[in-house]
Amino acid sequence: MSLLFLMTIFILSCFIGYFVVQGVTPALHAPLMSVSNAISGIVIIAALTTAALAEDFNNEELLSLIAVFLASLNIFGGFTVSNRMLKLFKKKDEK
Amino acid sequence: MIGFEGLYVIYLIASMCFILAIRGLSSPKTARNGNQLGMFGMGLAVLATLLVLPTRNDLGILSAGFLAALIGIWTANKVKMTALPQVIALLNGVGGLSSVLVGMAQILRGQVSLFDSSVGIAIGGVAFSGSLIAFFKLQGWLKNKHFSGANIINIIIFSGLIITWAEFVMTERMYALYMLVFGAFLFGATITLPVGGADMPIVISVLNAFSGFAASGIGFSLSNVALIITGALVGASGTILALAMTKAMNRSLVDVFFKTFTESEEKDFQSRTARVGSPQDAAFLMENASKVIIVPGYGMASAGAQYALKNMASILKDKYHVDVKFAIHPVAGRMPGHMNVLLAEAKVDYDKVFGLEEINPDFETADVAYVIGANDITNPLAKTDASSPLYGMPILEVSKAKTVFFVKRSLGAGYSGAQNPLFFADNTLMLYGDAKKVTEEVVANL
Repeated sequence: MSLLFLMTIFILSCFIGYFVVQGVTPALHAPLMSVSNAISGIVIIAALTTAALAEDFNNEELLSLIAVFLASLNIFGGFTVSNRMLKLFKKKDEK
Repeated sequence: MIGFEGLYVIYLIASMCFILAIRGLSSPKTARNGNQLGMFGMGLAVLATLLVLPTRNDLGILSAGFLAALIGIWTANKVKMTALPQVIALLNGVGGLSSVLVGMAQILRGQVSLFDSSVGIAIGGVAFSGSLIAFFKLQGWLKNKHFSGANIINIIIFSGLIITWAEFVMTERMYALYMLVFGAFLFGATITLPVGGADMPIVISVLNAFSGFAASGIGFSLSNVALIITGALVGASGTILALAMTKAMNRSLVDVFFKTFTESEEKDFQSRTARVGSPQDAAFLMENASKVIIVPGYGMASAGAQYALKNMASILKDKYHVDVKFAIHPVAGRMPGHMNVLLAEAKVDYDKVFGLEEINPDFETADVAYVIGANDITNPLAKTDASSPLYGMPILEVSKAKTVFFVKRSLGAGYSGAQNPLFFADNTLMLYGDAKKVTEEVVANL
């Protein structure tokens, strides 16, 4: 895909991000950080893609494997922390 | 089965899930559903990738993911809420490092845009080492290092980084790639080292943005739209938080990284005397008040005083029918929203927690302001003294309350080095001691 096309997606996404994040209530800024942290673990699909291209065990595969591990840590850790935080913001009658 | 086009569609769905996940955070009511939608999107994207692109070593990949899940979930459940800022910093660093490794793997493999990958690598590298340093500082394992000439060193390292990057993109030599990685690690560390505690919310937000943009960079090199969209979302989120924080401190991003406050000792403070109150005084005045506003700062977090505080608020409300509110400055604590999470942990109703602009008009009619472990965010010099380092910063106007209690360890200057004349005001009473102990004593006297 052309750089121009990818750039278009990138810039429009920045705008979506800007407007969506503007709507986040300041009380939830800490969960916002940890949710966005968790979803930045999406880089795992790049690690999986790179691993899929390796034909035999080499440096690329090793690096991808470590990257999968780190990104998973980010994903599982991030979502768990967010979930723990968000549980605290429940209303009394929801218990 | 689903093929490459199917995979593309699934990536698009995952991206939409992430947008809606963040959208869910606009209200505490929808926030948990949002988080679950985020998990769903992530699971979908990973599963589809594994199905469409089987690797030679699927077992290895699955074990790596499984091990990470065990460690990640266990740690995230184990950690104390007061340690949240450092946990988030650490996870952020891990994500940054992951981008660096993926980028390097792609370059080793070849057939990839060196320009795009190396941008991802450099940004991810800075996010990694910067977050690591932030983690060490928040954990208290590393003190602030005000080394002289820090700014010049940073500018030199940054120029070096740009030069090695250009060298790599033009010559495609591997040694330049390794130097680029090393330079990015070095720059992330040296730029974060001099930044002090109260600027941490800003630094964490910036590093968060970096780990997002690093993922976008990797997305460009793979032409992967999910990575580009998600990275941009995270990048925008971190940037907006950082800008909101700098605005709340009336500082610029340049100030945060290049004009770090020199933390000063208690200077000519000893000559003046502040009135000292006792927990009995505080209990008596608050019992008889009709409106009390509690202002928490980092001192509340470090002492773990939130439960004692909630206890105090409940007794005042239930037994003495006092209207108790909490006032939170945007930069209170060590990360955005830090105070809100701790108060929520102690089960303080979030309807009673207010931001700067909502609560400021209330101080005039408040009988008591109970400031616990906060200082600079209440300093009136920010409004009156153009020579103060705090000048222009919006503050919580606690001095307008009839009586102000400051729960503090000492009369020391704030993080900014500015003295707080409020300590010596006629309507101020100091309560010296640990935030938690003092509050517990107040509760005992109610």
